[in-house]
Amino acid sequence: MMHTRTVQVWVGLFVALGIVALFMLSMKVSNINAFRAVEGYAVTAKFENIGGLKVRSPVKMAGVVVGRVDDISFDSDTYEAVVHMKIEEQFNHMPVDTTASIFTAGLLGEQYIGLEAGGEEDYLKEGSKIRLTQSAMVLENLIGTFLFDKADKADKGAGK
Amino acid sequence: MMDKLQQLGAATLGVIERLGRGHIFIYYAIKGFPALALRPNLVLAQVFSTGVLSLIIILVSGLFVGMVLGLQGYNTLVDFGAEESLGVMVALSLVRELGPVVTALLFAGRAGSALTAEIGLMKSTEQLSGMEMMAVDPLQRVVAPRFLAGAIAMPLLAAMFSAVGVMGGYFVGVGLLGVDEGAFWSQMQASVEIDEDIINGIIKSFAFGIVVTWIAVFEGYDCVPTSEGVSRATTRTVVHSSLAVLGLDFVLTALMFGE
Repeated sequence: MMHTRTVQVWVGLFVALGIVALFMLSMKVSNINAFRAVEGYAVTAKFENIGGLKVRSPVKMAGVVVGRVDDISFDSDTYEAVVHMKIEEQFNHMPVDTTASIFTAGLLGEQYIGLEAGGEEDYLKEGSKIRLTQSAMVLENLIGTFLFDKADKADKGAGK
Repeated sequence: MMDKLQQLGAATLGVIERLGRGHIFIYYAIKGFPALALRPNLVLAQVFSTGVLSLIIILVSGLFVGMVLGLQGYNTLVDFGAEESLGVMVALSLVRELGPVVTALLFAGRAGSALTAEIGLMKSTEQLSGMEMMAVDPLQRVVAPRFLAGAIAMPLLAAMFSAVGVMGGYFVGVGLLGVDEGAFWSQMQASVEIDEDIINGIIKSFAFGIVVTWIAVFEGYDCVPTSEGVSRATTRTVVHSSLAVLGLDFVLTALMFGE
């Protein structure tokens, strides 16, 4: 049997290594910041269709993440999706006529909300509503429209 | 006909009896945990022999598994122009599945078999009976620290396996194949969830640690006290715990990710 002290040192080293590995997994491999609740002011927007948007999807302006989707609910009066987002406190100069659209990162990537600044003097604040919104592009609808358009043209061509 | 039926019945009863003995056995071993607080060195020595001595095999296998994942993943992903997702693929497959499972299989071969052989030999050389003669409970003195040490060491080993594997994937992906470094890490961080993936991986490895060590100490304690009996018990430990790990992995994965 080895000396007790040697054993203790080795076990200490082993446990420390294990904790370092866990720490690395949680800090470097996963994003621990994303785990925290988003701080900032709440803004809501209504969309006809949110596609694959999820809670915690990013809200971007000019490609920079300025906030995250906090909650998604459904308005049963207007049959629209209500997206609650939190915008970080430091980005508090967003005009009230900012447009919110739902985009897709890449062709099949995750969906996010893209904000585009308007020209008003007043700024969005806690509880504001974004009125100008553009729904998500649903790939099936897009293909459907495209095919329909093609068929329409073909019909017209045949009629002449 | 009657004889066959009787054999079947006896075999079934034997299996059930052994299962029951295993549970009673581990119940008494766990009852010995509080007494270990007075003798932490018993546990430390076992963490040393199950955990520290398994380090080399775990770290080296983790590195190579990560490197192979990097190579294979790159070959498939590059066809879709998605080689930036290599980090996601390597990290998710390691943290969710390969880390806990491969570590548990290696742990069963490296530490589990040693535990069975050690306890089995103690039994066949009548050291365990000797302890009982001296009013020392072998379940408390021999089994409890080994069981606890296995359950402690396994999650730590699995975490190291996954961390080293991610580094291996990084070396191959970024260093050798030229995947963009920023995309490798940022996509990985965007896709790996701490609560969903990492915590579930730790829960898995903890469960595997308990199962493998349980089987190992029980097989040792329950073996036929001859040299042949010990050798059979050791084989059974490796086979049964590997099968148990793979089966349990399916159940846990279905519970955690299957919705």
